[in-house]
Amino acid sequence: MKSQLKQITRSSKFMTGFILIFVIVAFILIYPLFNPGNPLEMIGLGTFFRPGTYVSVYDSLNVQRTYTLRLPEAAANRIDGKLSYDDRESMRDWLIRYGEQEGVAGLTYEEIDTYDVHALLALWWEHYTTDVFIEGMITADRRLVARIDSRVERIFEDSDIILMMYNYETGEYEEFGVVTATDYVNIREVANTIWLPLGTDNFGRDVLKQLVSATGASLIMGLIAGVIATIIGLTFGLLSGYLGGIVDDILMFIFNLFTVIPGFILLVLISFAIGQEQRGMLTVAIVIGVTSWVWTARSVRSQVMSLRNRDHVNLSKLSGHSLPKILVRDVAPYIASYVVMAFILQVSTAILAEAALSMIGLGPMTTEQATLGLMMNWAMNFGAHLIGAWWAYIPVVLVIATVSFALNLMNTGLDQIFNPQLREG
Amino acid sequence: MSEKRQLCLSGKGVTKVFGHGRKKTVAVNNVDFEFYSGDLISIVGESGSGKTTLIKMLLGLTSVTDGEIFFMGKKRDIRSRKNKKEYWNGIQAIFQDPYSSYNIFSKIDTVLLDCINMRGGRRFPIKKKIEMMREACSFVNLKFDEMTNKYPFELSGGQMQRLMIARIFLLRPKILLADEPTSMIDACSRATILDYLLKLRDEIGMTIIFITHDMGLAYYVSDSVYIMERGKFVEYGSANEIILNPKADYTKQLLDDIPKINNPWEFSRNRRPAETGAS
Repeated sequence: MKSQLKQITRSSKFMTGFILIFVIVAFILIYPLFNPGNPLEMIGLGTFFRPGTYVSVYDSLNVQRTYTLRLPEAAANRIDGKLSYDDRESMRDWLIRYGEQEGVAGLTYEEIDTYDVHALLALWWEHYTTDVFIEGMITADRRLVARIDSRVERIFEDSDIILMMYNYETGEYEEFGVVTATDYVNIREVANTIWLPLGTDNFGRDVLKQLVSATGASLIMGLIAGVIATIIGLTFGLLSGYLGGIVDDILMFIFNLFTVIPGFILLVLISFAIGQEQRGMLTVAIVIGVTSWVWTARSVRSQVMSLRNRDHVNLSKLSGHSLPKILVRDVAPYIASYVVMAFILQVSTAILAEAALSMIGLGPMTTEQATLGLMMNWAMNFGAHLIGAWWAYIPVVLVIATVSFALNLMNTGLDQIFNPQLREG
Repeated sequence: MSEKRQLCLSGKGVTKVFGHGRKKTVAVNNVDFEFYSGDLISIVGESGSGKTTLIKMLLGLTSVTDGEIFFMGKKRDIRSRKNKKEYWNGIQAIFQDPYSSYNIFSKIDTVLLDCINMRGGRRFPIKKKIEMMREACSFVNLKFDEMTNKYPFELSGGQMQRLMIARIFLLRPKILLADEPTSMIDACSRATILDYLLKLRDEIGMTIIFITHDMGLAYYVSDSVYIMERGKFVEYGSANEIILNPKADYTKQLLDDIPKINNPWEFSRNRRPAETGAS
């Protein structure tokens, strides 16, 4: 036993998987301490805010101190910020296609550098005109270009902004400050800022916070389903393998039934039959567990069949031990390592099953707790993949992949320890 | 022979068939036997002759396809768990492979305590239990104090088999079935094990049914010998009769197969060709 434990800690595969799971679980436990609050709180009014740090404009105007800084690239950055890369692409397209006017030569792709805003703007002002009606250009494009042109017009201006405040007593606006181009605030002195590393989702909820709690929920569901599947599979497998005869025949019939009916279809049908209101997290976990025990049962059965005629089992029988005692004391410990492996695999499959089930809208219907599958479902329903809101679903996919990868790695590592034939070199 | 002896285990037409249809294998074929109390009976035969199957049937570990087994003159009934437990109070076994006879997860104390519990000692004070275990261990020349908190696989093969005998010493059954208890251990330990078996018989008055493939060993220890070939008893009688005056060809051949130290080992000319395939 001790030497096997030592082998487990030496198995690089098992330890890699174990450390991955450990890190994930530690993150789930520690993150809420630093960022408490309801993970499903809708903080953003609007859908799919980009990842980044959000600073309150109102509070940044009202900070105690402003600092004057002269940054060398400030003007260029400001211009970049005003003119997005997409805008610059549109400008280039226009220049290539319609840039050739009377007295002005046309431009080729190579001549235009979208990264050099100054050169681009110089070209733009040289070529752009609203005087000529260009045939074949759709109205939407025309308006887009006109919008860009008007934005570009004052792009180099950095005149001061006067701040006015409404005075309720006199009913007039009074000047209370001036913001110049070189004014800065320290972000720490702004009363309200929020860092959203993964932005917000379709309901304006913090994706990272939601993801952490969803991962925890999915792991718990996986564990519950895994425990249920392992207990059912172990019991049936032990009875079927040990008793043999008619009991084995009946149980094998049930195993075969469950094997030939595709598990996922059974899962979908049961989930559908339960109905939306009844599908809580626990219910879905139980349903997953109840439909996925059959592989554990089959493999436990074959292991027990080879054990039941061993001398130590015979000796235990001769000592007058009862059937449960023999199963628990003389059979189960011998297949324990195998059952642990099967359990890890069951947890992994249960997490995947939950994700798949929720993805098609048959997962736990709860507004209190997100799961990984539900997050995917929301992202899909609100078209995150169409808008390009990658932060709403890519991190979820990565977490699902990492968790099941880690669990499978642990399983393979254990397999190599307990089946010396699979050991490498 | 002259004194009136009690029949302790006998069988009539005992048969065991594995499988059915074309895959049918008759492991034990219509066997009759009568074992008397206080004897040491040897059942000799080569591998695959059905010795172990017969033992398993006698122990009630496998069902009997056909025939009757009588225990202490009465027809055996082990259908209910209670009867089975009672039956196993009277009949116990030692298996061939000491390494696989123990549950590797339970300690030696547990093995011995189980025996005390089975003999109705569940309520005994702990001191008495330890005393009983110590006595059993000293019977087979094991030191009990070294055995506690050890696992059986930490012992040597000979020690394990001696522990098995200690177990029998605690259980004190009427009949002991020893299924080749010496085949997996070295020659020195073999003699010790045999001595302990004889000691068990003399001190407790146990009937021992000794299974072996070694004719010489059978002659050395037993009162009567049964020769088994392909699921049948081809010959039986007292050890002297069988060894000195063998009737069946198979017996003669078994006797020829005993390696002799003085003479070079000759293969007999009329030797049956070795069986091929599954037997």
